[in-house]
Amino acid sequence: MHTIIASTRMRDYITLALFTLVVLTAPLWGKLIGAGYPDLLKKFAIFGLFAVGYNILFGLTGYLSFGHAAFLGVGSYATVWSFKLLSMNVIPAVLFSIVLSGLLAVVIGFLSLRRTGIYFSILTLAFAQMSYNMAYSVLTPITNGETGLRVLRHDPRVLDSLFGVQVEGSPLGGLFGVTLTGYSGFYFCAALLILGFWIALRIFRSPYGLKLLAIKSNQTRMEYTGFNPRPYLLSAFVISGIYAGVAGSLMAIVDPLAGAERMQWTASGEVVLMTILGGLGTLFGPILGAALIKYLENIFSAFNDQTLFQIFDFLPHWLARIMVDITSPFVGDGWHLTLGVLFMAIIIFLPGGLMEGFRHISVRLSRKSGGDADMASLEAAEGESK
Amino acid sequence: MEAILLQILNGLDKGGAYALIALGLSLVFGTLGVVNFAHGALFMLGAFVAVSVQSLLTLSMRVRDTSITFFEAYKETPYLEVWWGDTGRAIIDYAVPISIVIAIPVMLLIGVAMERGLVRFFYKRDHADQILVTFGLAIVLQEIVKAFFGANPIPVSAPEVVATSVDVGTMFGLQGITYPWWRLIYLGFSLLIIGGVFAFLHYTTFGMVVRAGMHDRETVGLLGINIQKRFTIVFGLATVVVGLAGVMYTPILSPDCHMGMEFLVLSFVVVVVGGMGSLPGAAAAGFLLGILQSFFSMNEIKSILPGIDQIIIYLVAVFILLVRPRGLMGRD
Repeated sequence: MHTIIASTRMRDYITLALFTLVVLTAPLWGKLIGAGYPDLLKKFAIFGLFAVGYNILFGLTGYLSFGHAAFLGVGSYATVWSFKLLSMNVIPAVLFSIVLSGLLAVVIGFLSLRRTGIYFSILTLAFAQMSYNMAYSVLTPITNGETGLRVLRHDPRVLDSLFGVQVEGSPLGGLFGVTLTGYSGFYFCAALLILGFWIALRIFRSPYGLKLLAIKSNQTRMEYTGFNPRPYLLSAFVISGIYAGVAGSLMAIVDPLAGAERMQWTASGEVVLMTILGGLGTLFGPILGAALIKYLENIFSAFNDQTLFQIFDFLPHWLARIMVDITSPFVGDGWHLTLGVLFMAIIIFLPGGLMEGFRHISVRLSRKSGGDADMASLEAAEGESK
Repeated sequence: MEAILLQILNGLDKGGAYALIALGLSLVFGTLGVVNFAHGALFMLGAFVAVSVQSLLTLSMRVRDTSITFFEAYKETPYLEVWWGDTGRAIIDYAVPISIVIAIPVMLLIGVAMERGLVRFFYKRDHADQILVTFGLAIVLQEIVKAFFGANPIPVSAPEVVATSVDVGTMFGLQGITYPWWRLIYLGFSLLIIGGVFAFLHYTTFGMVVRAGMHDRETVGLLGINIQKRFTIVFGLATVVVGLAGVMYTPILSPDCHMGMEFLVLSFVVVVVGGMGSLPGAAAAGFLLGILQSFFSMNEIKSILPGIDQIIIYLVAVFILLVRPRGLMGRD
C-alpha cells in the first residue's frame, strides 16, 4: 500500500516537473507555432489558471457555474485598488484579490448551493449578471463605471510612500523593483499557474478530491454514507472562485486596468468552453483548452478579407470570391461565431474534450499493434464516459 | 397615487415580456425537460423578424424630389410608396402588425427545426450538456444576427395611430397619467397570448394529451400516443410565443443582438421565482417582478437606496429561494 502511494507521489512530482518545464520553455516552443510573444503567452497562463480552478468545481463536483466571471472581475478591481491605495508591488495586490474574491465566493456559493443542477447554473448566472449591473450602476464610485478603473500616478499608495518608492512614468505592477512587463510578466503568471496546477493536482489525489468526485457521481448515496456534501461543495466553489480571482488579478497586473465587461456572461461562458474543450475533470485538459482557444482567437481575429483572399489564392477567382464570402463572417470581429460553432461541435461530438479524443486515438493505435488488454481498457473508458 | 399607478403600468408591459419568455421556458422544461439557454436568442430572432420586415418594406429607390425646383434633387422613396402611393405608405406604417403574421410561420419553422435538428439528441444527456449546447446555439444565433444587422440597436416604429400617448388617468378618475398606446397594447397582447396558451392546453384534446405527458410521459406513451411528436409541436409553440413577444417589443426597445441574453437572464430568474415547470407561476412571477422593478426605479425610492432598481429582481429571487426553494407555485 505504502509503495503504491509513494509511487503515485513520485509520478506526481514527475508530472509537475514536466509541466513546469513545458510552461517555462513556452517562449521557445511558442516561437514554433507563432505564439512566441509575451502578450499571448500571458493570456495562455492567465486563462489556464482560470480554467484549472474552474475545473475543480465543474470537473470534480459536476456543478456547472455560469458566474465565474464575477470573481474574475472582483479580482481585477481588487488588484487595481491595491495598486492605487497600497503599493505597486504585486504581492499585496494578489493577496487582496484572493481575500475579496474568496469572500464573494463564500456569499454567492452559500446562496447558490442551496439548489442543485439547473437551478444552480441559473443562480450563478443571475449573481454574475447582478454583479455586472452593480459594477455599472451602484458601485460606480468603486468601479468607475464604463470608463474602467485605472491606476494614476498621483494615487496615494501608502506602502510605497512609506518605503520611499517613487513611480516613474506610467505606473506598472512590480515585484520588489522588477517591473512585470513583457517576459517578466509572463514568468510571474507562469509561476502562479504552476503553483495553481500543483494545488489542483494535490486536490485531485486527496481524499477531499475523492469526496468531490463522489458528489458528482451520486450525491444522495454520499449523504447515505454519512457525509454532508454541503461543506465540500462550498469549499470547492470558494477554491475555484479564488482561482478566478487570482486570474483576474493577473489580468490587472499585466495591464493595470479593470473594466466591468470582464464580468459579463460571455467571460463565464468562455471558461466553461475552455474546460470542456480540453477535457472536463482532467488535469491538463483545461490548460490545453485555454491555450488553444486563446491561440485560435489570436489567429482568427487577425484575419480579414485580404488574408482570406491570400489563403484561397490557389482557387479560380470566382470560387475564391465565394469562399471568402462564406468564411469572412467567421473571422475578425466574427471570431465569436467560430467560438460558438466550436462550442456546439465539441459538446455534440466530443463531450469528453480533447483529452478523451487523445485517449481514444492512443488506445486505437496500441490495439492495432496488438494486445487485447487495451481493448478492455477502451471499453472501460467508453463505459465511463457514458 | 398617480405615481404609483404609473409605475404599475410601467411594470406591466415589461412584466408582459418577462412572462411571455418565462412561459415558453417553462413550457419547454415541463414537456421536454430541457433548459433552453437559447430561448433569449429566439426572443431576439423574433425582434429581428420585425426589423427585416421593416427594412424589406422600406426598400427604396431614388426619385426626383419635385418640391425642390431650382436644382435637380433626388430623395430615397420606398418602392411601395412609388407604386401604390398612400396605400403603400400605410403598409409601411403597419410593419409591426405585418411582422406578427410573418413571424408565426417563421418562428414555428425555426422552433421545429431546432428541436428536430439539435435538442432531441440531448434528451438522454445531462442537464449540463443541454445547457451548454443551447448556450452555444445562443452565441451562434447572436453572432449571426450581428453579422447581418451589425451591433447597433435598430429602431422600429409602431403604427402612427398608436404612436401617441393615451390619457389613462381619466378612465380611473385621476388626473395627468398619460401612457404610450403601444405599451398598453403590449400588455393586452401578452395577456391575450398567455390566455391563449392556457386555453389551448386546457380546452383542447391536444392540450390535454400534452398536460398528461408533462405529468407522466411513459404512461401516455403506453396508451399508444406519440407524445414526442406533440412535444415537438409544443417546442414550436413556445418558439412562436417568444418570437411574437420579441416582434411586439421592438417599438418599445430598439432591438440589438445583445437583447436576447439580457432578457434571458431575467426570465430565468422569473422562472425560478415562479417555480420551474409551472406555467401559472411563470406568468404571475413575470408580471410581479416587472412591477417590482419599475416600483424600485421610482425616484423617491432610488434616492434612499441608489441603484436598487438594478438588483431588486435578484434580491427577490434570493429571498424566494431561501424561504421557498421550489418557487411560488412550483412542485418539487
